[in-house]
Amino acid sequence: MAKIKIDREKCKGCLLCVSVCPKGLITQAEKLNKKGVKPAQFSRRAISSEGGTPLKAGKKGGACLGCSLCAVICPDCCIEVWK
Amino acid sequence: MIKKINNHPKSLRKIPTHYCAGCGHGLAHRLIAEVVDELGIREKVIAIAPVGCAVVAYDYWDFDCSEAAHGRALAVATAIKRVRPDNIVFTYQGDGDLAAIGTNETIHAANRGENLTVIFINNAVYGMTGGQMAPTTLLQQKTATTPKGRDQKLHGYPLKISEILALLPGVKYIERVSLHSPQEITKAKRAIKQAFTNQIEGLGFSLVEVLSSCPTYWGLSPNQALSWMREVMVKEFPLGRIK
Ligand SMILES: Cc1ncc(C[n+]2csc(CCOP(=O)(O)OP(=O)(O)O)c2C)c(N)n1
Ligand code: SF4
Repeated sequence: MAKIKIDREKCKGCLLCVSVCPKGLITQAEKLNKKGVKPAQFSRRAISSEGGTPLKAGKKGGACLGCSLCAVICPDCCIEVWK
Repeated sequence: MIKKINNHPKSLRKIPTHYCAGCGHGLAHRLIAEVVDELGIREKVIAIAPVGCAVVAYDYWDFDCSEAAHGRALAVATAIKRVRPDNIVFTYQGDGDLAAIGTNETIHAANRGENLTVIFINNAVYGMTGGQMAPTTLLQQKTATTPKGRDQKLHGYPLKISEILALLPGVKYIERVSLHSPQEITKAKRAIKQAFTNQIEGLGFSLVEVLSSCPTYWGLSPNQALSWMREVMVKEFPLGRIK
């Protein structure tokens, strides 16, 4: 059992985390944050790439591994990893 | 019960930075802050911030910092280290700062073998001033001042300052790393830690060249910028230990 928490107000919407999540559990939110950008959001289940979100092809499905790849690549320290 | 397994570094203030989305400066700041925390040198470290996009790095790091005029970071660092040899002094400089206007200071500090740590951020452009060509701009790369791409006949070749510095006997350690993937980021942190450890052990001049993205002035999305680094930039600037 693992999960991440993304600080949606600090997030600048660079979406680097989206590209590294091996499970495809991070997508771009539809709702703008106070900065006026659509931040990254986490969901416990993989979301399809519909809605224009640039999801990486690869192994999808399954739960968060707590692998921390998203937190490692986040340039703005927006991601907490819980495991 | 699950627990939080990553912590915000103590040496980095919890405030938003002014960097563009996906910019490598934020990552490099974090890696340095993590290394300073892990080595327990927060009370001893003194950073010299550059002129460039990272000019206000002193607002982000939560340890002592000084600013230097454009390119002069290694001259300021030399002075501080000689007056306060017990402090751990490092410079953080872009390619415009370290390898254009500051080439002279860089080469001479390295040649004197000053016991300093240098974090050299190579993003192949001048970010702060609007994306002009830097010495490290790749051939054919389009910038504000090379709109048709860098042409060696007009602009010369990308400057391999790390390889040049490696020739100097005063230089102890040089490694080139990149921030284009979590794996490479982890290696970059290891190199940064080595460069600080060298200074703590009194071994001499240590430099880590960090390939870092500038999506804004490369005209790419943050993810495309990382692909460009992986596919193009590392061919011109090969990664690994140079000295
Ligand atoms: C003496 C002096 N000359 C020129 C400038 C203008 N200037 C500010 S930043 C910069 C280049 C910054 O590029 P780089 O060091 O690569 O850092 P980046 O912004 O890409 O991180 C220049 C030329 C200045 N501030 N001072
Ligand atoms: S202009 Fe380039 S180097 Fe400067 S903050 Fe933006 S992405 Fe970073």
